[in-house]
Amino acid sequence: MSIKIENLSYIYDQGMPFETIAVDNISFDIENGEFVGIIGHTGSGKSTLIQTINGLYKPSKGKIFINDIDLTDKKVKKSDIRKKVGLVFQYPEYQLFEETVYKDIAFGPKNLNLKADEIDIRVKESMKLVGLDFEKLNEVSPFELSGGQKRRVAIAGVLAMNPEVLILDEPTAGLDPKARDEILKQIEILNKKKKVTVLLVSHSMEEVANLVDRLIVLDKGKKVLDGDVRSVFKEYELLTDIGLGVPQVTELINKLNLRGCNIKETVLNVEEAKNAILKQLRGDSND
Amino acid sequence: MIRDITVGQYYPSESTIHDLDPRFKIIASFIYMISIFAVESIIGYGVVTLFIVFLIKMSKIPIKYILKGLKPIMLIIIFAFVINVFFTPGKVIFEYRIIKVTSEGLYRGFFMAIRLVFLIIGTSLLTLTTSPLKLTDGIEKLLNPFKKIGLPAHELAMMMTISLRFIPTLLEETDKIMKAQMARGADFESGSIVNRAKGLIPLLVPLFISAFQRADDLAMAMEARCYRGGDNRTQLKVLKYTRKDLIGSFVLILYVASLFAFKMVW
Repeated sequence: MSIKIENLSYIYDQGMPFETIAVDNISFDIENGEFVGIIGHTGSGKSTLIQTINGLYKPSKGKIFINDIDLTDKKVKKSDIRKKVGLVFQYPEYQLFEETVYKDIAFGPKNLNLKADEIDIRVKESMKLVGLDFEKLNEVSPFELSGGQKRRVAIAGVLAMNPEVLILDEPTAGLDPKARDEILKQIEILNKKKKVTVLLVSHSMEEVANLVDRLIVLDKGKKVLDGDVRSVFKEYELLTDIGLGVPQVTELINKLNLRGCNIKETVLNVEEAKNAILKQLRGDSND
Repeated sequence: MIRDITVGQYYPSESTIHDLDPRFKIIASFIYMISIFAVESIIGYGVVTLFIVFLIKMSKIPIKYILKGLKPIMLIIIFAFVINVFFTPGKVIFEYRIIKVTSEGLYRGFFMAIRLVFLIIGTSLLTLTTSPLKLTDGIEKLLNPFKKIGLPAHELAMMMTISLRFIPTLLEETDKIMKAQMARGADFESGSIVNRAKGLIPLLVPLFISAFQRADDLAMAMEARCYRGGDNRTQLKVLKYTRKDLIGSFVLILYVASLFAFKMVW
């Protein structure tokens, strides 16, 4: 599924004293199967942007095409779009409401009017995808689970709708490192194996650096950078100006370069940094 | 839609109305409320309209913003109007099968609707121009005389502030959960009444849970800072009547007197 966004703007309380421009004239295309990170500060318009893609907000200006269907067209049924574009909100565990984990995950598929056996398959599948033990947990109340498990149940609830595009708004906020890595791993698997287009919203560079193929950087509602991870991290000064910074290893190399090293490549993780530094130490003859 | 509700919100601005003493504003609101239900003539409502428009202008709050607050209660206003129009006995001016419209009904329905509109505008003007903190202070001071008969004035005032404070938070939360469930295919807008009521469960359960959670957290946070209400608590900003309140009282007296003078009441 492809997403095409043209000159999109969203203004809160238009014409009111509290008027704020949350999304300011943003355009981009996302191809089928891409893994895109949307990154920006709190209040940069990330959350508003993704909610317009899901049809929850009507854009003030501009157009959104999902598989060439114009979302801003009044004739297009928003519920059809929501079947294809799954949106996992920030702190999604607050949306849990059913008596059992099973019922909660089945809520989405039920709204799609699927048959009971199809729902059953989907619940099992999506629980497996997020790493929850079906036998152990399907009859448990979601409110008895730990924070990380609740989060998984909520994500499974969206996955059970079999979306072709999955949008996650800071899926790891407030989780411990282990739960965070596991959830990110599962999102990656979903993208690589099931070819789901994924949009991952985050404010942490470290988190997205090794995960996504492409980064879109937002600042004050505007798109400032868009490209593959390495090319975005080359804009070190701009990112620091915005207050986002780059991952620590990338920064380390930048500092080394300031002190006279000459490492040309942009590194994203410790392994790459190690190789680059070793290469440097062995002498510049290789360059 | 949920963002439209302005009741209980504070609109920060610098105006004479904002500067008035909260005690005076609360009493004035009461008098105003009584006045709109006592007025019985069209000219009387003209005076009320002039008065409230004058106050809105003084408060520097955009009229559009205040009128926006009426949107969510439009249904109640229309309902009150319709009930009065169709079920008031009197001179029939229009009849169709069992439906009867009387002139008295039209008259009463119209007044009822107008009263509700003025009531909402007036009371929201109080909360829009008074910060929750000042409002509580005002309520507490006004309730102080009743302490002698065992009324927990401070606690009551505290409860009121907290509930006022949490109206916008709860609305925001409702909005968020609603959107989250809509993203999972929930439908809040169509279907039969039974289905719609059932459709509210995915909204209400998480909302209640988070509200209780919030209340619990807040209680804990207050206790952690050794909060103890009532006696011997001193205040950072002590309420004082000023010249502005004196002028305000004159305006209020003028308003009430003009209603009486021109026999617009009863």
